[in-house]
Amino acid sequence: MILLYTKGLRKVFGGLVAVNNVDFEVEKNSITGLIGPNGAGKTTLFNNITGMDIPTAGDVFFKGKIITGLAPYKITRLGIARTFQNIRLFKDMTVLENVMIGRHFKGTHPYLTKNSFINAILGYIYVKREEKDIYNNSMKWLDFFNLKDFANEKAKNLPYGKQRELEIARALATEPELLFLDEPAAGMNPKETEDLMNTIKRIKELGVTIVLIEHDMKLVMNICDKITVLNYGKKIASGTPKEIQNNPEVIEAYLGREDE
Amino acid sequence: MENFNFSTILQHFINGLTVGGIYAFIALGYTMVYGILKFINFAHGEILMMGTYISLIIYDVFLNYFKTPFLIFVAFIISLIIGICFGVTLGVSVEILAYKPLRNAPRLAPLLSAIGVSIILSNLAAFLFGTKSKKFQYPFDNTPITISGISISPNQLMILILSLILMVGLKIFIDKTKTGKAMRAASENQKVASLMGININRIISITFAIGSGLAVIAGVLIALDYKVYPTMGTMAGLKAFIAAVVGGIGNISGAMLGGIILGLLETFGTAVLGLPVGFKDIIAFGVLIIILLFKPEGILGKKTREKV
Amino acid sequence: MIDLILLNIATLGIFVILSLSLNLIAGYTGLLSLCHAAFYGVGAYTTAILMTKAHFTFLPSLIISGFIAAFFGFLIGLPNLRLRGDYLAIATLGFSEIVKNIFLNWDSLTGGPKGISEIPPPSIFGIKFSAYNKFQYLILIWIFVAITYFAIKRLTQSRFGRALEAIREDEVATLAMGIDVTKYKVFSFIIGAFFAGIAGSLFSVFIKVVVPNSFDFMLSIIILCMVVLGGMGNNLGAVLGATIIYFASELPKIFGISSLIPPQFNQIIFGLILVLMMIYRPQGIIPRKKIDYETNIVKEMKLRNKK
Repeated sequence: MILLYTKGLRKVFGGLVAVNNVDFEVEKNSITGLIGPNGAGKTTLFNNITGMDIPTAGDVFFKGKIITGLAPYKITRLGIARTFQNIRLFKDMTVLENVMIGRHFKGTHPYLTKNSFINAILGYIYVKREEKDIYNNSMKWLDFFNLKDFANEKAKNLPYGKQRELEIARALATEPELLFLDEPAAGMNPKETEDLMNTIKRIKELGVTIVLIEHDMKLVMNICDKITVLNYGKKIASGTPKEIQNNPEVIEAYLGREDE
Repeated sequence: MENFNFSTILQHFINGLTVGGIYAFIALGYTMVYGILKFINFAHGEILMMGTYISLIIYDVFLNYFKTPFLIFVAFIISLIIGICFGVTLGVSVEILAYKPLRNAPRLAPLLSAIGVSIILSNLAAFLFGTKSKKFQYPFDNTPITISGISISPNQLMILILSLILMVGLKIFIDKTKTGKAMRAASENQKVASLMGININRIISITFAIGSGLAVIAGVLIALDYKVYPTMGTMAGLKAFIAAVVGGIGNISGAMLGGIILGLLETFGTAVLGLPVGFKDIIAFGVLIIILLFKPEGILGKKTREKV
Repeated sequence: MIDLILLNIATLGIFVILSLSLNLIAGYTGLLSLCHAAFYGVGAYTTAILMTKAHFTFLPSLIISGFIAAFFGFLIGLPNLRLRGDYLAIATLGFSEIVKNIFLNWDSLTGGPKGISEIPPPSIFGIKFSAYNKFQYLILIWIFVAITYFAIKRLTQSRFGRALEAIREDEVATLAMGIDVTKYKVFSFIIGAFFAGIAGSLFSVFIKVVVPNSFDFMLSIIILCMVVLGGMGNNLGAVLGATIIYFASELPKIFGISSLIPPQFNQIIFGLILVLMMIYRPQGIIPRKKIDYETNIVKEMKLRNKK
């Protein structure tokens, strides 16, 4: 079943066509890779799907409904979460608090209103219960990533690899059906990359569909069920890892033509 | 409501252009600093004020000895130059002491620091020079010339000519010279510019120097027509900042355009709306709110999306 | 002498409310608001006008003042929230000037430069305040300090407060967490302005005269200094900052040596505080509070299990 797809998605910045009529599909419960040389438009595509940017043309469909141009926070609430290329953690807040923010729009005790402001002033007892739920749930995610011991550390004090994991944990706390990871392996050494690979597999086992922008080919080929390749904003290939590896256009895009 | 005929309109136009020229000088300082550092130098108006005070003081000293019209004019020029040098030094020093340490701090920090510098300087001036306003004697005979119902004072003429020269000069400097190109590169992307071998610290200092120099000139021009007082930088600075925003902050042509537009709006606005003097400043703030509501990037500005 | 002490402690209370309320906007949400004095002034004038011209009693005036100030908070909040931090600061400054301009020029309503005087002493639940009994005012003001402190503490130590801090740290990431950033920013302005309005109302009946010059940009800066010095994003810090700055500036008057110190000295110190704090200790004297969730929650669970 196709969980998300874009139809003729196009994003133009001034004179530059960053995304050029891309039809991108994501199968439910799969791990889809999105690769391409630098500047191919991968992050722009992400941004246009997740609402950080509004497409110039084309549409995005999630679970059959149009979500084009919705505000980013609304898209998250529909079940799409993401991480960022340059890690965007809440640096001065603790590891635990970062994940707790992910639970923000979820954590509502049945007796409390949706409005956290009214709750805070009037519903002291219920707020305590709500905090307990948020706390337990967040700790569960920290446990999943083996970050429990760092719970009260400031996010900025974590080593780089753990910061990336924290960002993923935070995104997962929003209980998404679809998770976009933007270069999660950037800056990782081979051991860390292997750990990441296993983590992504475990996330898939939870039932989350994953889309992955990555440059680390070993990771991508190893773990993805399907790969889409972008070059200069256009989709040039889409298929299984094996198909992509043997696709001449893809090879040309990355390595240049043989006669040059 | 005044009688509106061609000559009144032209008169207002000239007045507006003159005021606008002054706003443009000051606005340039804001816009250039914002272009490179993405930061609003709240203390810009106070640099203007300090430089103007120094000019005035030196000028007063000279006036004790120089009595002939020619020498008085020379004294004026010398005092202006000294004032400019002082303003430039002050501006560059403030940057090094109060802003440079905060270049990588979260965005609130340099703003608060600039506010702090602004407060220190305006109170220092009040302490050193007294809170009463002072008058700058005209270095020349300022009786207005009247041509078919329109009067223009030599001072206004001087402002208009100076504005033209300085703005064209600045444009040429930014577009054609090596330093100008370096400044433009630095405002596009600081990291890459420094990788290309551009000394960012030097470029930033030059930016502050030019901005401060222009501001002092503007300050002295204001002082000639009105007066000098410790808080003169605040209102002039605020309005010039509004002008920079209107034109497109970070954009040099924008600052010039914004200054002129604001000057014209203020002059015509007061005349058309018949506002009492107290309400005149509201025009500037009203313009600010409107532009922030409808086109916050300014007339010539580009809509910059934060890179995600 | 006692009278002077009472006066100072009472006035301090008003500043503590101002500091706590600005801390919510600037410290927790990270919005550089330079118009807090304007909200304060709106509250003060509203109470003054209601009590002198419409002959309202105090408590209704107080509440209305809070809501009107909150409305102004909404006004300055809403359109400006498409703006980044630096633009927002200037917009709040402009707003502050416009408000002060209105105080100064709308003679029929605000009394112009003379302002409004002879505001009657309040009468609360039958207790009529004597105009000269400072102790009564002190109690009244500090009751509201307590109310403000607890309300803001509840707000900030909850899901709501965390969302505000997340916005301060990284707006884009907060959006990606499913939080409507604009809504929360406006909310923080509204709430901060509300309490500033309450402070203004208290000021009105305490000092009995309101003039436009009491609510200028410099006052907004002083309150900001209190927040910055004490610790942005920390409620106790806001209280501490208010106390330190208030007494530092009033001490010369208390000890009668104010004629020895030039009037600009105070303000130069404020400026220095801003610059130096930003360079050397931006988190303030008391940095962000470390909440031990585990202890809080675990304790709570143990209590429940005992029942």
